[in-house]
Amino acid sequence: MSRIEKKFREVLGRKGKAFIPYIMAGDPNLERTRELVGILEECGADVIELGVPFSDPLADGPTIQKAAQRALGEGVTLGKVIGFVGSLRKTTQIPIVLMTYYNLIFRFGEERFVREASAAGVDGIIVPDLPPDEAGSLLSFSKKTGFDVIFLVAPTSTGERIKKVARASRGFIYYVSITGITGSKLSVNASIGSHIAKIRQTSRKPVAVGFGIATPEEASEIAKIADGVIVGSAIVKRVEDADEKLKQYLISLRKAIG
Amino acid sequence: MKNYVGRPTPLYFAKRLTESLGGAKIYLKREDLAHTGAHKINNALGQALLAKRMGKKRLIAETGAGQHGVATATGAALCGLECEIYMGSDDIARQSLNVFKMKLLGAEVAEVSVGSRTLKDAINEAMRDWTTNVATTHYVLGTVFGPHPFPTIVRDFQSVIGKEAKKQILDQEGRLPDYLIACIGGGSNAMGLFHQFIKDKDVNMIGVEAGGRGIVPGEHAARFAGGSVGILQGTKSFLLQDDDGNILGTHSVSAGLDYAAVGPEHSFLRDSGRVAYTYATDEEALSAFERLSRTEGIIPALESSHALAEAVKLAPGLSKDKVIIVNLSGRGDKDVQHVARIKGIEL
Repeated sequence: MSRIEKKFREVLGRKGKAFIPYIMAGDPNLERTRELVGILEECGADVIELGVPFSDPLADGPTIQKAAQRALGEGVTLGKVIGFVGSLRKTTQIPIVLMTYYNLIFRFGEERFVREASAAGVDGIIVPDLPPDEAGSLLSFSKKTGFDVIFLVAPTSTGERIKKVARASRGFIYYVSITGITGSKLSVNASIGSHIAKIRQTSRKPVAVGFGIATPEEASEIAKIADGVIVGSAIVKRVEDADEKLKQYLISLRKAIG
Repeated sequence: MKNYVGRPTPLYFAKRLTESLGGAKIYLKREDLAHTGAHKINNALGQALLAKRMGKKRLIAETGAGQHGVATATGAALCGLECEIYMGSDDIARQSLNVFKMKLLGAEVAEVSVGSRTLKDAINEAMRDWTTNVATTHYVLGTVFGPHPFPTIVRDFQSVIGKEAKKQILDQEGRLPDYLIACIGGGSNAMGLFHQFIKDKDVNMIGVEAGGRGIVPGEHAARFAGGSVGILQGTKSFLLQDDDGNILGTHSVSAGLDYAAVGPEHSFLRDSGRVAYTYATDEEALSAFERLSRTEGIIPALESSHALAEAVKLAPGLSKDKVIIVNLSGRGDKDVQHVARIKGIEL
């Protein structure tokens, strides 16, 4: 069982829900990211999603686009982030998944990526521009090492597509709350619940919801219907602004998620 | 297509250009005479009709030189659809005439000021819009790029160029041409011309990329000369990228060729050896731009001037019975101000 699966089993076993914050590796630099990982864990994160900057982040809104630009300006690459996670493992065992775009992995080499990332202690990867249909080779390398490749279901996904994604996804299934990009305005409505119900009809894997969740109220609503809540842009914005109340905000999210 | 776009566009024998070069006969496929001044209308109208049929109320598109934006805004006006065009702020500055045209046609022009502020970033923003508004909106991608089935949709709508050219050259010369030459940004005018001739093994085909200021990273947009295979915007193809896989900046004097990736079918045709790919520099394109204006009284688009520059290099070395067709993909009205600026002339 992977570290992510274990974490979900533990959290759901005590009737809790997983809190999955996202930050961009290297925004504004890797030393700050190291501190932030510590803060996220201290404030109750269950899994940390670590963005790896790409020049053309199609699924991201302006907040994360700018964060990626800052991190690229710091010279942060996929190889450096893998090494960075390796160094984090001296102090923390929290599950860490990377989120990035396929070209970086393709250039790095899929087999080498899975091998080096697993060895460094990365637990999985989310690649928004890689549908399961195109992920055959990445999946075959990952299965050998127990590395989780997490796929996304969108509000527009058909029943057939949901089945395919649910079957391929490992660790958890990422449900995108809205048609849109990260950091968009969320409207918590019944359709999210009905989509999650559809996913649950085909799979017993945990379902985490992300995109647009910004307030503790929204996080609490989502936690009622999902197994995990992913918060990205709202945290990244506070990191950008060097918000002194970051910890309080994270704790309020943690409490709201339960 | 006949009464609105003006198809078939003429295949014109460029007699004075041919004589000035002293070699092969040069014919120009006059896409510059199509409505809105470029081949882009062929695809934009096709996709506008598709959108209407699918019940979408809104069209969005990216544009580099502005030609595809104008064509899409035209299609939207004709079909009674809302329209928003994404355009990089650098391109807005160098193609202000087309920006105003789009607005006249009832479209909104959204300025994209992130990344390289050119075509690549306009595509990113259009895709982000589309992901958000997919229920009401159709994305009219302007070139043979992007996720399947866009490369084939656009190729098929543009293939009218080659179908006409084949019939016309058989009428005028009684045989197929020896060479086809077209410029390549994403590669839609080239695919449109080439597609019908792929099985005619005696027809040589040349795609001309933007060599910019020379093949140095950031100074050109010649993906085959200076790029490598990668995945961008839903497509695996040749890209200009760094060792880590981040996309590099590009430069070309022509906004329509200033793009870091090339249509995937061109990568296939390159690897199979069916099409030869080369590049023309800014300087060569500007020189061809002036040459055609003076010898034929036709001001070509700077994009098409790259194809002409290759014909200028190729024709003198060929015998006079050889036949070249150059796709004159657009007219140069939109570029006149930009060229004046480059020459330091104030209008």
